[in-house]
Amino acid sequence: MIPEIGHFALILALCFAFLAASLPLIGAARGDTRLIGLAPPLALGQFFFVSLAFASLTYAYVTSDFSVANVASNSHSLKPMLYKITGVWGNHEGSLVLWVMTLTLFGALVALFGRSLPSAFLARTLSIQAMIAIGFLLFLLLTSNPFERLVPAPFEGNGLNPLLQDPGLAFHPPLLYLGYVGLSVAFSFAIAALIEGRIGPRWARWVRPWVLVAWIFLGAGIALGSWWAYYELGWGGWWFWDPVENASFMPWLCATALLHSAIVVEKRDALKRWTILLAILCFSLSLLGTFLVRSGILTSVHAFAVDAERGVFILIFLFIAIGGSLALYAWRASSLEPGGMFSTVSREGALVLNNLLLSVATAIVLMGTLYPLLLDALTGAKVSVGPPFFELSFIPLSVLLLIALGVGPLLAWKRGNLGRAAKLLPPAVLLAILGAGGAWLIWGAGPVMAFIGFAIAFWLIAAILVDIAQKTKLGRAPLSTLFQRAGGLPRSIWGMWAAHLGMAVLVLGVTASETWTEEKLVILTPGETVEVGDFQFGFKAVDPVAGPNYTAIRGQFSVSRNGRHVADLWPEQRTYSSPHMETTEAAIYPLFMGDLYVVVGDPDGIGGWSARLYYKPLISFIWAGVLLMVLGGALSLSDRRLRVGAPHPKARPVPNVAVHQPAE
Amino acid sequence: MRHYIYFAGLVIVALLLSFSAHAVAVDDNPLPDQAQEAKARAIMGDIRCLVCQNQSIEDSNAPLAKDLRDIVRAQIAAGSSPDEVKAYLVERYGDWVLLKPPLNIRTLALWLFPPLLLLGALLFILARARRTPVNQGPTPLSDAEQKRLDMLLAQNAANSHGTHSGKEGTDS
Amino acid sequence: MRPAFWVPLILFLGLVAAFAVQLASGDNPHDLPSALIDKPVPNFDLPPIRMGEAGLKSEDLKSGEVVLLNVFASWCAPCRIEHPFLSELAEEGIPVYGLNYKDRPQDVATFLRELGDPYAEIGADNNGRVGVDFGVYGVPETYVISGDGRIMYKHVGPILPQNQDDLRKAIAAARQPEPQ
Repeated sequence: MIPEIGHFALILALCFAFLAASLPLIGAARGDTRLIGLAPPLALGQFFFVSLAFASLTYAYVTSDFSVANVASNSHSLKPMLYKITGVWGNHEGSLVLWVMTLTLFGALVALFGRSLPSAFLARTLSIQAMIAIGFLLFLLLTSNPFERLVPAPFEGNGLNPLLQDPGLAFHPPLLYLGYVGLSVAFSFAIAALIEGRIGPRWARWVRPWVLVAWIFLGAGIALGSWWAYYELGWGGWWFWDPVENASFMPWLCATALLHSAIVVEKRDALKRWTILLAILCFSLSLLGTFLVRSGILTSVHAFAVDAERGVFILIFLFIAIGGSLALYAWRASSLEPGGMFSTVSREGALVLNNLLLSVATAIVLMGTLYPLLLDALTGAKVSVGPPFFELSFIPLSVLLLIALGVGPLLAWKRGNLGRAAKLLPPAVLLAILGAGGAWLIWGAGPVMAFIGFAIAFWLIAAILVDIAQKTKLGRAPLSTLFQRAGGLPRSIWGMWAAHLGMAVLVLGVTASETWTEEKLVILTPGETVEVGDFQFGFKAVDPVAGPNYTAIRGQFSVSRNGRHVADLWPEQRTYSSPHMETTEAAIYPLFMGDLYVVVGDPDGIGGWSARLYYKPLISFIWAGVLLMVLGGALSLSDRRLRVGAPHPKARPVPNVAVHQPAE
Repeated sequence: MRHYIYFAGLVIVALLLSFSAHAVAVDDNPLPDQAQEAKARAIMGDIRCLVCQNQSIEDSNAPLAKDLRDIVRAQIAAGSSPDEVKAYLVERYGDWVLLKPPLNIRTLALWLFPPLLLLGALLFILARARRTPVNQGPTPLSDAEQKRLDMLLAQNAANSHGTHSGKEGTDS
Repeated sequence: MRPAFWVPLILFLGLVAAFAVQLASGDNPHDLPSALIDKPVPNFDLPPIRMGEAGLKSEDLKSGEVVLLNVFASWCAPCRIEHPFLSELAEEGIPVYGLNYKDRPQDVATFLRELGDPYAEIGADNNGRVGVDFGVYGVPETYVISGDGRIMYKHVGPILPQNQDDLRKAIAAARQPEPQ
């Protein structure tokens, strides 16, 4: 009964979405306030019904109702409760329900927090949001019904892929979806603005918090996924440039660009056409990612089961949604008046450079991801585009980006003075050299690029410190009021510093771990000791252990440095029973300067066990860096001036009054 | 091999299965010569695993990846150059096994794309910047406009918690 | 309406077209074409699975008539799906050679006893090296080899009913002397 309620709720949500996609739009065109006023309640209604469907599906999973085909093929009665629940989105159908629920959640949030928006604009935004929901609800109901029944019902389910029975991977999709789908709000705002033919600083102010929310979740989701790969796959790798990873990375890059270009719209009323295009592209890339994962058109390790029918459906949806919005853009973009002026050397100029580099990066990832497919479609030839291509293209871009990132915030708005900024930077140059030298002292020789990586990361850190010193008037005002001055700075500035610092930390982590990782691949007998880096890994024993739905062998390692005990490590190799599968559970001990990483493998039959031992310098800096970015985003989001729906500090004149007439 | 289960119609997340379905290979014997081993590892990092699709054979537990690792090591130990080893594999499996696609007529567009795009974008921005020099900027403000602007700026400075440079906008 | 604003749309439509072509082709992106099409079979000389029988070597495949080489193993479940079809071809007089990939003799014997033995000759590729020479990356795979010993066609995965026609066509095409 409950699954039927869920199915019915999806149908009702679809009806609501149809109403929400049409009536408010008509109302906004005619100026009919009653129709306009329907938008928020319809948005809430969609969210309510999709949540009901999600709750029904979750109920079926929790109670192990194997008469529901989706539950039977993806769950098992002996699975721990946590994974029964997270198993709801561990498959194509369930994850789509979560996708749509997140989508309608954002619609509902816009309806709740958007009361300060002009009501016609809000109505248009929610209508666009509902159109996206229609597409996905139809997709669910027509091709991927999660509530399909099985007659007769099996006694037991197939079980969830053990790789998904992991906290990291269990919460990776919801975070990612919050990010992907959060970008739909920026998309809807952009389309609504195109329909109205008007965008200005207020638009940027409305849209930025939503982009920020999406950006935070996307970053967190990507980081969680890569962390999972790091500890679960047992090879110490954390990023493979797999198409599906790229599919989440592209919207993140694009959203980063959008966050920055929206600042220029807000401050200078410039870069409007570009910003609107970015807002459309960000969500388009999210949709594209969905298509790539679910159509089976590309080879990826993460792909859901391939189904051509679904692929065709999403392709048609992509064609309508993205094609339609880009056509609208082509038609209406010229009606957006260019706004304020700024010099090339200025904060705005630096933000333009940031946008250029980030969009080039996005385009390169897109090209690399799709090139095999394009080539195959055109010539039938098969090639692979793997990490070497992306790394070669990304390294120079990152160097440029980080150098610019150091200088940009030091430039004044509108017209900066490169000479004055340069005067502030000698300490940054010094620290950059010290950083590269320090890396050489600690780890010794390495490729030139590694030292350049360290130099630019330290350059950025120093430039941020210089900026902080400038803004807090360090050394120019009494020290006693320093904290007061620091606290008086808006949180968005602190957020920016945190996020930029995160970037520097990330670069340090990537550079050091890629360059100076120590690895030993050995066969050990209990009692043996192996030296990896400065550490002695002592192999004690291997014991059998049992978990709730798996058995495992567990190795015991004791690690010491210079005779001092550092850590005990217990890597496991698990054998799950349903479905039958073996997984490696690496044992990781993070130290500040690097991780100890141990994987135990098969026995050699004569008393020895294969093992991989790693020392990975600074690798946790990768996730620490992303965490800093996420925190920076959250800090910025908590800024009162940005908060959604916050009243304007003062009733001031419309900010986008055209005091600067454009030259064109 | 496991992913042929998929062909048989048992469609689960079969590709994930081929991902880490096998344990760390026990008889993965590194070459005794460290320099040779490093050379072999570098090659492995550039060879795509055929079964698990998007990993290199260096990072894969699949049996075929292990076979290919053995072949790479054996050939390096026998004195083959990295290019010869790669050519050996390409002859059997096609360009597809190379994670770094070779530069040829089919991949020219791919390899030229990043530098040309970056260059084009930079030139585009610079050209635009030159076309709209700031100092010849907009027409001077009338007195009334200037007054209004001053008022706005004063308000703006009061509201902006010092984020704006104090001189913002005054130069036009 | 400046032309520049149409660029994103045009690029996107190009992308959609490529996606459509790819979806319509119905190709599984996991299937790799053989790099050895139109090339002579690699040189090899494999022992038999049972002592005393003949093994399989490259010369056997250059018999002057079109033959099939089927890569199989007893541990490979999908191999059982295509086995009846291979037997059917063998009965029709098309020589089917077997490359027994990483298997144990007793298991192969059981496998062939249960399902029948369509193979003219079988070579035991115990370490998979001949498989690598053929570009094998999964089991089963089936090669159509011309009379002069060139690889004309490769099918990856079990030969399902919907693939049988393609395979027959490939055999027929391999029999045609090339128009020169």
